[in-house]
Amino acid sequence: MNAPDDFTDDTRLTPLRLMIMLFVLTLAGALGWAVCSLPAYSSGLAVTALAELSNSGVLNPVTAAVLNYRGYDTLLEIAVLLLAVIGVWSLAQAEPPAAFEPASPVLLSFLRIVLPLMILIAGYLLWIGSFAPGGAFQGGAVLAGVLVLLRLSNQDRAIWSHEVWLRFCLVLGLSVFIAVAVGVMAGGGKLLEYPRAHAGMLILLIESAALISIALTLAALFVGGRALSDEDSSRASDNGVQPE
Amino acid sequence: MTLEPYLLYALAGVGLFAIGLYALIARTHLLRKILALNVMGTGVFLFLIAIAYRSEPVADPVPQAMVLTGIVVSVCATGLALALAHRVQTTTGRMVLAENDESGA
Repeated sequence: MNAPDDFTDDTRLTPLRLMIMLFVLTLAGALGWAVCSLPAYSSGLAVTALAELSNSGVLNPVTAAVLNYRGYDTLLEIAVLLLAVIGVWSLAQAEPPAAFEPASPVLLSFLRIVLPLMILIAGYLLWIGSFAPGGAFQGGAVLAGVLVLLRLSNQDRAIWSHEVWLRFCLVLGLSVFIAVAVGVMAGGGKLLEYPRAHAGMLILLIESAALISIALTLAALFVGGRALSDEDSSRASDNGVQPE
Repeated sequence: MTLEPYLLYALAGVGLFAIGLYALIARTHLLRKILALNVMGTGVFLFLIAIAYRSEPVADPVPQAMVLTGIVVSVCATGLALALAHRVQTTTGRMVLAENDESGA
């Protein structure tokens, strides 16, 4: 069998493809019809969300929805992020940087200017999330950008080689979230039912922890595998085996 | 019936979803399948945002919150899918799933 080029797909319209197309078009038609038959104005949950805003501990309705009204969703979503990293780490090891190449001085001086600003912006987004658009997910994405830039310029050995700290930070968001969710039950509330007086502070606490975990999760996915700790790489070089 | 602005975006979301679904089923290359999943996800996000826009005077915050977390989750799902695809490639040397082997050749 000569190796077929997988990427140049066969795009001929076979009967099977026609059937798939027919099925998808029917589905799209049905969905489109359903969308068109929706009422043009519907307040959805906006009225309820805004009415409860004063009880939620924050002033931004989106943050209130993410961390208060639908906190259970977000808790599970942060668990999904952790699962994704565990999955990627069990599948592959990060490739060691091919033939260590020092980053260009222009890139390095650019990073010196832009990285502190990005960290500042991540913190700002986290803080402003309580009364304007922003929050842990947006801040986490910016912070992940910092880690990706460090990765691209080969400056991130220090981050990925401290495995204990790395794992601690990856589970920090989920554990703080669970701790708060269960902790509020001690005061007589239900799971995730923040006491009204402390809701704002608790949300900020969860968000700060989630920010770190989200950023590290996204960056770990970019790295694409479990980073080799110093121990692993020295063991590999002792045996004269290249880590895969 | 006048075309409300939200309707345009919601229908575009449905369209993206359908395009992604077709590519997901019909295309064999794993990268294309992962891209198709992302196009489908984008369609869902666009649809949710459009639906949220129908509310007066401010947009419904709940679908927006779902999209906000959904984007991060879809990035993570993509990362995991890419790691799996990479594993398939290192194991089989091909970027297609085994049952698609003869149809692609």
